[in-house]
Amino acid sequence: MTEDSTQPGAGPDSGSDPQGAAPSGTGGTVHPGPGREGADDLVRLVDHHGVRHPDRHYDALVADVDGAALQKLYEDMVVVRRIDAEATALQRQGELALWPPLLGQEAAQIGSGRALRSDDFVFSSYRENAVAYCRGVDLGDILRVWRGNASSGWDPYTINMATPQVIIGAQTLHATGYAMGIINDGADSVAVTYFGDGATSQGDVNEAMVFAASYQAPVIFFCQNNHWAISEPVGLQAHVPIARRAPGFGIPSVRVDGNDVLACLAVTREALTRARSGGGPTFIEAVTYRMGPHTTADDPTRYRDANELEDWAARDPLARIATLLDSLGLLGADYSDAVKAKADAVAAELREGCLSMPEPAPSDVFRHVYSEPNSWLERQQDHYERYLASFAPAPQEGTR
Amino acid sequence: MSAPATDASPTTVREFRLPDLGEGLTESEIVQWHVTEGDTVELNQIIADVETAKAVVELPSPYAGVVVRLHEPAGAVVDVGAPIVSFRIAGEPEAVVRPVPEDEAPARREPNLVGYGAAVEKGGRPQRRSRSTVPAAGAPVPQVPALEATVLPATVLPATVLPATVLPAAIPAPTSAPERRPAPVQTPAQARTAVPSAALAPGRSHPAVHDVSAASSRTVVAPTDERPRSTPPVRKLARDLGIALEDLAGTGPGALITRADVLAALAGAAGPAAAVLDAGTAPVGSPEPARAERAAAAPGEIRTPIKGMRKHTAAAMVASAFTAPHVTEFLTIDVTPTMELLAELKGSRAFEGTKVTPLTLVAKAVCIAVARNPTLNSSWDEAAQEIVQYSAVNLGIAAATPRGLLVPNIKGAQGLALVELARALNGLTETARAGRTPPADLAGGTLSITNIGVFGIDAGTPILNPREAAILAMGAVRSMPWEYQGTVALRSVMTLSLSFDHRLVDGEQGSRFLADVGTILRNPAMVLTMV
Repeated sequence: MTEDSTQPGAGPDSGSDPQGAAPSGTGGTVHPGPGREGADDLVRLVDHHGVRHPDRHYDALVADVDGAALQKLYEDMVVVRRIDAEATALQRQGELALWPPLLGQEAAQIGSGRALRSDDFVFSSYRENAVAYCRGVDLGDILRVWRGNASSGWDPYTINMATPQVIIGAQTLHATGYAMGIINDGADSVAVTYFGDGATSQGDVNEAMVFAASYQAPVIFFCQNNHWAISEPVGLQAHVPIARRAPGFGIPSVRVDGNDVLACLAVTREALTRARSGGGPTFIEAVTYRMGPHTTADDPTRYRDANELEDWAARDPLARIATLLDSLGLLGADYSDAVKAKADAVAAELREGCLSMPEPAPSDVFRHVYSEPNSWLERQQDHYERYLASFAPAPQEGTR
Repeated sequence: MSAPATDASPTTVREFRLPDLGEGLTESEIVQWHVTEGDTVELNQIIADVETAKAVVELPSPYAGVVVRLHEPAGAVVDVGAPIVSFRIAGEPEAVVRPVPEDEAPARREPNLVGYGAAVEKGGRPQRRSRSTVPAAGAPVPQVPALEATVLPATVLPATVLPATVLPAAIPAPTSAPERRPAPVQTPAQARTAVPSAALAPGRSHPAVHDVSAASSRTVVAPTDERPRSTPPVRKLARDLGIALEDLAGTGPGALITRADVLAALAGAAGPAAAVLDAGTAPVGSPEPARAERAAAAPGEIRTPIKGMRKHTAAAMVASAFTAPHVTEFLTIDVTPTMELLAELKGSRAFEGTKVTPLTLVAKAVCIAVARNPTLNSSWDEAAQEIVQYSAVNLGIAAATPRGLLVPNIKGAQGLALVELARALNGLTETARAGRTPPADLAGGTLSITNIGVFGIDAGTPILNPREAAILAMGAVRSMPWEYQGTVALRSVMTLSLSFDHRLVDGEQGSRFLADVGTILRNPAMVLTMV
């Protein structure tokens, strides 16, 4: 296809980066469709020009996505981008210790996150704040840990999403174990674990895949290949597309354009259906790009080419859907204003939730350790409170 | 730094302080301001570019309002927590614009990961409640009246000058007290035990009990028994250098004792409070110089912690020297015939490849002589109240080794032919000098030889290897004018020094043994009369 030569993944970085532009035909794609027979092997339904491409296999999986649903997906992406920007600003203003931006990865997270059922369970890394938004997390809770206010942000069972795992790749084991539990329960829910390209070099991820395949556990390995493991380019650790590793474990895999929200929704739904029907695990490699720094303490200009960022900015996940909506006549002023108002309201709620967060008391460290009263812990708390009482009263000063 | 105006309702002036923009940064440089004083800004509008040690980042405004003051110019390097810009905010509810702290008198704050960090306490660290004034809630109160009644007349030590602080500061508790006492007052049990024992002790050691004014002044000097504040590497440095942190005044933040403080103390700048316990002047006979305080080394001193081999050697020597009453006898003899024999042996086929030295022949002579004087090859068993006499001579040889002084012994030396004994000696010394002496070689010795002659020394008073009854020091073989066949001639002369345990070896037996050794070395052929 002539158009493929200009599509994401076949861009100017193709010579140096096998992940962005894998040669066609030999990938781990389970269902190669007509849209993927060109220069790359990515599942793609909406290209970066906002053009919707028919797909024999995946169209059926998103047949229910009408104009209103597409508008909702777009709104989600706008809102989470705004959440990300507001949290970044809060860090710059001294209100958060750190923030890991997701800029550029909105489609991968919203597309997959919106495919899930409420009884599915998510085990994520620290960057999946858009997934947490899809799960219905209280906005302030997203920031709680990054503000140093609490050891974890939320009760995992209220939104069926574990609190973010900072240890790289460890959550894949948790997800696999949870999925094995689903088998034992005879349920049809699915565990979904999110991790990055860098995590695939961790032993944990590989061990999780061995167990997932051995037990045919209903787990989805959702890898967001954002091209950078902090400062290491993905080509350094993966000489073939990451998705090609999974078949070696006996796990079917698929590479998807991670900046195409519709395609991400489609491949995730397919994997969910497979898992619910006893088909076992699936590995999804969503090829996307981390447009921001690794965290707010990072300066990506020191290690990556500005041209690369420009190339990927041209493949922006929001812009292509906006273009598509516009071409469908669905990007009217009313809709656009409503989306902006929603984003503003969410940002204000996020900021207020951050700034009004009560400071934890010293003894709060003893809370949430056990679900039931524990005499040993109560004893330690008693000792600690008596220890604190041995200090003179703090000088009267304004609190933060 | 100006105090923000807080009275100008409905407008409010807010300061924005430089946050920690990375993880654990302490300062940043303002590269460029994007606003000037008087500008109206929106929330999150970029107002400056700031360069940290990690990155150049954009600074979004935390308020919507008017910039009233830029505290720092572009190019300034600013500490985290310092105000950089003030805004006037009009008519917004407090809750919305509350983020930055509003201190009447902004205090310096420690950089922290989030927000503006903890305010620096006046004393540099959290202040503990005074031990003497405010007992912690629920903590037991020392039973002062009981002390008055049972130990001390109230007139001497009234309750008012006996706060609990006096006790741990002035009187070493008989039990080992933990370094950090969680409760700020002494428990009744401690108080009851501490004072009577102190009262019984000599007054010189415990002035507090007998001298109220001294007790009071000590209280002032030692208001706390907390461990001085420092860091683990500095604590280790101080321990390695033998410097007591308690004697140092920290110059770091919050009286933190720094590496520089420790090194300054090492260079002789330590406070006069440094308690010096010179190991050389300590009473050698004290069984345990328990809990010696670390002393600060004076200029030119090198202080080495007493441990390992040195500690063991010292313990063994102290135990031996002050348990066994030593008698030392000297005998100076003409060993020219022995040296001639030695030369002969060196040229003989039987000793080809085997090193033979004066020590070889002395060792053999000792083995022969001890067979005639078995009392020397015995041991005092204090516990059993018995004297143990050994049939085998496990001949110890004092050796200087990389680990220090070792006395490995040759088991059953009395049964070895001369060439075997020579080989055994060579093997023993080589192994010892290589530091590979097995523990079995160090145990079970019955009698020892120390060869001080190799250092050119003539005589000495050797200390017995513990549990052995005798040790012979052989001096250097010197060419000296000596009586020979009625005239003075140059002869090879050596002095033997024999120490023995007078508890079980009398002068007679010791003398006979030494004389026998001397006889053999004077004329090896005399062995024919002995065996």
